[in-house]
Amino acid sequence: MRTLIKGYGIRFDIMVFGKAGKFHVVPTLLNIGAGLGLMGLGLSGVRLQPLCVRSLSLTASQNATLESPPARADSTFKVTMVPGDGVGPELMTAVKEVFKSGDVPVEFEEFHLSEVQNMASEEKLNEVLTSMKNNRVAIKGKIHTPMEYKGELASYEMRLRRKLDLFANVVHVNSLPGYSTRHNNLDLVIIREQTEGEYSSLEHESVSGVVECLKIITREKSRRIAKFAFDYATKKGRSKVTAVHKANIMKLGDGLFLQSCAEVAELYPKIKYENIIIDNCCMQLVQNPYQFDVLVMPNLYGNIIDNLAAGLVGGAGVVPGESYSAEYAVFETGARHPFAQAVGRNIANPTAMLLSAANMLRHLNLEYHSNMVSEAVKRVIKQGKVRTRDLGGYSTTGDFVRAVVANLRHRPLH
Amino acid sequence: MAGNAWRSTVSRIMGAVKSQTQPRTFSRGMQTVTIIPGDGIGPEISTSVIKIFEAAKVPIQWEERNVTAIKGPGGKWMIPPEAKESMDKSKIGLKGPLKTPIAAGHPSMNLLLRKTFDLYANVRPCVSIEGYKTPYTDVDLVTIRENTEGEYSGIEHVIVDGVVQSIKLITEEASRRIAEYAFEYARNNQRNSVTAVHKANIMRMSDGLFLRKCREVAENFKDVKFTEMYLDTVCLNMVQDPTQFDVLVMPNLYGDILSDLCAGLIGGLGVTPSGNIGANGVAIFESVHGTAPDIAGMDLANPTALLLSAVMMLRHMGLHGHAKKIETACFDTIRDKKVLTKDLGGNSKCSEFTAEICRRVQDLD
Repeated sequence: MRTLIKGYGIRFDIMVFGKAGKFHVVPTLLNIGAGLGLMGLGLSGVRLQPLCVRSLSLTASQNATLESPPARADSTFKVTMVPGDGVGPELMTAVKEVFKSGDVPVEFEEFHLSEVQNMASEEKLNEVLTSMKNNRVAIKGKIHTPMEYKGELASYEMRLRRKLDLFANVVHVNSLPGYSTRHNNLDLVIIREQTEGEYSSLEHESVSGVVECLKIITREKSRRIAKFAFDYATKKGRSKVTAVHKANIMKLGDGLFLQSCAEVAELYPKIKYENIIIDNCCMQLVQNPYQFDVLVMPNLYGNIIDNLAAGLVGGAGVVPGESYSAEYAVFETGARHPFAQAVGRNIANPTAMLLSAANMLRHLNLEYHSNMVSEAVKRVIKQGKVRTRDLGGYSTTGDFVRAVVANLRHRPLH
Repeated sequence: MAGNAWRSTVSRIMGAVKSQTQPRTFSRGMQTVTIIPGDGIGPEISTSVIKIFEAAKVPIQWEERNVTAIKGPGGKWMIPPEAKESMDKSKIGLKGPLKTPIAAGHPSMNLLLRKTFDLYANVRPCVSIEGYKTPYTDVDLVTIRENTEGEYSGIEHVIVDGVVQSIKLITEEASRRIAEYAFEYARNNQRNSVTAVHKANIMRMSDGLFLRKCREVAENFKDVKFTEMYLDTVCLNMVQDPTQFDVLVMPNLYGDILSDLCAGLIGGLGVTPSGNIGANGVAIFESVHGTAPDIAGMDLANPTALLLSAVMMLRHMGLHGHAKKIETACFDTIRDKKVLTKDLGGNSKCSEFTAEICRRVQDLD
């Protein structure tokens, strides 16, 4: 009982009322009487929830000490979920269904943040951030950025990224066994710097008819992403890192990026380092993509190469991706499009989101469940009987999810 | 036969780059064209092209010029005055690959040429070559790229040590000009649609301005369909199904990347033609590959890119008959696969390849 109270920050309320160290129901009810009805509701809800729940109350922020999660005997993990726009909600439903059938110990906290549906506001954004700070892991769809802007040039998606400092975006480009494209057996990792570069949202119209847009490159962030790339390559046993740039034209900007990458490369003698110009890189990717292993690049080029590489293995529906900061991890699809034309038609391909969810489970150290989900998805694709429209079949999203769920049961449950 | 239908399609696309100024009146005599051989393999492939043109009896008189930058009065780098005056007189140029020396102190020659003649549009038609197999078949699109501003304005500052700012400039004037050129090109070459490629959801003001201008110009060209697409969507779809694209118009950086991407789809820079259109009716056609210093002088180069650019030039000048003849000869040679240079998969020399094309051209007469 004591632990629960601590977990909800009710402890210091009791201390305020001079009853430190003691707890019985009456003071709590007095608290309720004192206008903290919210606490009371929280208390009644507390008994129904598992022990590992971390503090969510408003007063927790005043408490300012975030406790580490207790031992995970049969605990569930809390994950923030932001469905986003377009087919995001449908994909999230798919993930939830698969998780439920697979008995995955993850609980989702949903937030509907959306710029185009007028569900965006500062408070909502702050709610999402608070939840993220508690859970540290999130799964999200794409929050669409409309072209018209009201006041602020930065979209909600960019602001979320900046506030959480999600500087690295990793996209795994793997060919799916059983689905052949023009280039088979691809295995690339694309690492993209996500917070600066061309997406700085610093634009102004100095003279009428002339617009300037600033692209910012800093040594610190370039070094950080380069180090991330090399660390990632070392951890995953990759042999080569290629930096993509346009330093022959943007000599100072991309020149700085390239220099930072070269400096960091010297600290990793076991990993081969190369660099290539972006237009040549695009050309090589469509002619001979096997020459690349890990690619690291600034923001805009990352956007281009992510989508290009996704197209090489089958499109935006099959490529998972994630964004990392020093403290948080956000899992999403690799090629981020809201895909508004498919909303409500039940044709979106949930493969990318399911594979990303499997990666999330691995991040949470739930190896067994992670393998279960990813193997079920891969089995369905390999069998080739149930395929969504983007892979050339006629199945709906629902059919695909049911097929995945059916394949989940093949694993022996212990 | 399918070959003929395909070839006529190709001829329709391959660089009938007509300018919107008054139609050219050619005298019965020879038309002068400035040829800039360039560096590395440049001289070899220029010689090939001249030989093939002779064999085809094209009424062109070549004026060879060198464009190595010199320092003019006042300390500004400029191209030699003979080159400039020759181009101004003839208005048409054919350029081989130019080397950009790294520490020579002067800016790249391509940049100088662009500034001198205000070459605002870069046109690159990408059509799959029968006989040169790539994983992508039936590619048939044209990328039109704004060539003067955008991300390549070259304006960069170091704000504090470790922070660099590059400025991307988009102006109303340049956006309108390139959009108008794109629609004119589509109309003159019987293309169905023009797609504007942008990232206005992120760079809302700058690409937003570019997009607005494209929309305004589209109002005046109701016979050509206008669509707009995000850059990442274009990349995604281009590698899955390139047949859905027709004419693409975009600002500088995206154009650079996409045009190279499309060149990769059809087989690389060694077979891709390119044309630069400037104000005042100036047009320079060039091969976009590098100087290949490792094979320079060894008679191993592939003249296809420069040859196809020259064909584009002939169409621009209105000499369609000759253009078709040379192009047919070139494609037949590549399709037959008997005499091919090393990069196309054979092991003939450049001179043999040239001789074969000359022979076919004469046979077609």
